[in-house]
Amino acid sequence: MPYAVKRTGFYALVVFIVLFSVFPFYYAILTSLKSGTALFRVNYLPVDFSLANYEGVLTNGVFPTNILNSVILAVVVVAISLFLAVTAAYALSRINFAGRGLLLLTILAVSMFPQIAVLAGLFEMVRWAGVYNTLFSLIFAYMIFTLPFTVWVLTTFMRDLPIEIEEAAIVDGASPFTIVMRVFLPLMWPALVTTGLLAFIAAWNEFLFALTFVSNNATRTVPVAIALLSGASEQEIPWGTIMAASVIVTVPLIVLVLIFQRKIISGLTAGGVKG
Amino acid sequence: MANLKLTKVRKAYGSVEVLHGIDLDIRAGEFVVFVGPSGCGKSTLLRVIAGLEDITGGTLEIGGRVVNALTPKQRGIAMVFQSYALYPHMTVYDNMAFGLTLEKGTGKEEIDRRVREAARILQIEPYLDRLPKALSGGQRQRVAIGRAITRDPQVFLFDEPLSNLDAALRVQTRIEIARLHERMEGTTMIYVTHDQVEAMTLADRIVVLNKGHVEQVGSPMELYNSPDNLFVAKFLGSPSMNILPATIESAGATTRVVPQGGSTVDLPVATPGSLQGKPAHLGIRPEDLSVSDDRAAPFRGTVVLTESLGEVTLVYIDIGRADEPFVAKLPGEVAMERGTRIGLTARPEAMRLFDESGQAIRSQMRRAA
Ligand SMILES: Nc1ncnc2c1ncn2[C@@H]1O[C@H](COP(=O)(O)OP(=O)(O)OP(=O)(O)O)[C@@H](O)[C@H]1O
Ligand SMILES: [Mg+2]
Repeated sequence: MPYAVKRTGFYALVVFIVLFSVFPFYYAILTSLKSGTALFRVNYLPVDFSLANYEGVLTNGVFPTNILNSVILAVVVVAISLFLAVTAAYALSRINFAGRGLLLLTILAVSMFPQIAVLAGLFEMVRWAGVYNTLFSLIFAYMIFTLPFTVWVLTTFMRDLPIEIEEAAIVDGASPFTIVMRVFLPLMWPALVTTGLLAFIAAWNEFLFALTFVSNNATRTVPVAIALLSGASEQEIPWGTIMAASVIVTVPLIVLVLIFQRKIISGLTAGGVKG
Repeated sequence: MANLKLTKVRKAYGSVEVLHGIDLDIRAGEFVVFVGPSGCGKSTLLRVIAGLEDITGGTLEIGGRVVNALTPKQRGIAMVFQSYALYPHMTVYDNMAFGLTLEKGTGKEEIDRRVREAARILQIEPYLDRLPKALSGGQRQRVAIGRAITRDPQVFLFDEPLSNLDAALRVQTRIEIARLHERMEGTTMIYVTHDQVEAMTLADRIVVLNKGHVEQVGSPMELYNSPDNLFVAKFLGSPSMNILPATIESAGATTRVVPQGGSTVDLPVATPGSLQGKPAHLGIRPEDLSVSDDRAAPFRGTVVLTESLGEVTLVYIDIGRADEPFVAKLPGEVAMERGTRIGLTARPEAMRLFDESGQAIRSQMRRAA
């Protein structure tokens, strides 16, 4: 009897957690499929099925451009972050220099600043560099939160790679750059995929910087664009369109995670068992 | 064809010096083995030669050229690591070709020829397309050796290449390395091990290291037959040489010695009169001892333990020195009860005399020979 109770309790908990985490998204999908006054009826099963909201958001003005902006931004941020992080990780994990520990701690400290604290200063820098209202300002700003954790994770990972492999490459005549590119990178796929994905998600979802450094509708990224979606009149909040837009921008993340799922899992355990 | 010359080579990590001025001449084409107890600096010395560690002081010359500031590649060395250190994501072929592909001016066909040649020599042709994880330990080590061969180095360095292999494979691979040395005429090889059998069988010359110093350099038989000091005497040979504290009773053309736990022996060693009455050490290898019924046998005691190894039996005897049994290696199977009293003797020429500080005392005659 107690076994059955435990078992039921366990599955009840599982169901609760799944509901809790999936329900908001499920409700967003439901809402996005409704149209007109159906929006204000509350129901939990898909009774309406109208793609009008999707059509609306995709043909409405600059939203497709916003999606493109977000894609470009996230991809560029991930690429630059990973490149810088891999090279930095090599220096931080394999080269002995004075102040290495301090530097690592500083990097970690940077990641702890609340965004709002650096906002004003960053704004000045963005204006000064003349990149206000361009995607460059965001590429630059996003490095502030993507680099610390990519550098940290990759440094830890690289430190665990056997030193003899690097020495064998040195004896083979490889330069540090060749070692990083041809020996370390292939061994670091799991870590690269994991950190790259996290950086992608962070850049994709970022709101505050995107709102502050860009004021032009056509240069906006998706999170800001969605927040600023407006209906026909001032008073109307276009829930249907907002939900359709949200679903559209969530799907790429889910697809990415599913594609790299196995790599992520092996990435999270890769430090434990060395092949 | 390259000789090596080390002059006062020192290596320090921070304030800790681990190599204290190593002087060493290695001839071109020679097979030299570094041995010594764990932590004595064998690997460090090898890595200094390789260029993986920079030199704190002194000079290293390869082929007459000072190479202190050159990279491993510029020094023309190749190295085989204890842990194989293969590139896990590359096939056997790519592992062996990697170094060559980095060289400008080595064509694809030339690379292919050299990789296949190395694979043929080491009999790893069937595995060229496999990843290292799909190979056994012995096969991996052969790939690592192959990777070094394709580079066609002037100096070949090995750091305990066999210590991760099981006993049978170790013997087989050791023989392969000996053959490789014959085949690669003119390639200097330096080999680190703490396996005595490897050292004795492979080496043209052995370098015995201790605490960052060279204790003695010589052919295996030189080191075995006439160790320069107590350290070398005890280090080579298994079980190691019995050492008894002794007193020199009379010096001269022959020397009369009284060892602790034994009776007076006359050694055919000439000693200066100044040593008369001085303390010394008497060394006798276990294999030089034989059982004697003679009442005058110099070493007498009771059997503590016997170990039969098949072709020999080790007999541990208590000759009255606390905690330090006296070991004899007797041929064949010898049955002896614990507690049996026996006498042991050795030819006087086989006994070795060391002065108080541990340096060998050799007769003038022997030194000339
Ligand atoms: N990076 C380092 N920093 C400080 N000390 C070191 C370093 N590497 C080695 N040592 C010290 O140098 C000494 C020699 O080490 P080495 O690895 O050469 O020994 P070894 O003779 O190869 O021993 P083993 O037979 O155990 O491999 C040791 O006492 C070791 O503690
Ligand atoms: Mg070592």
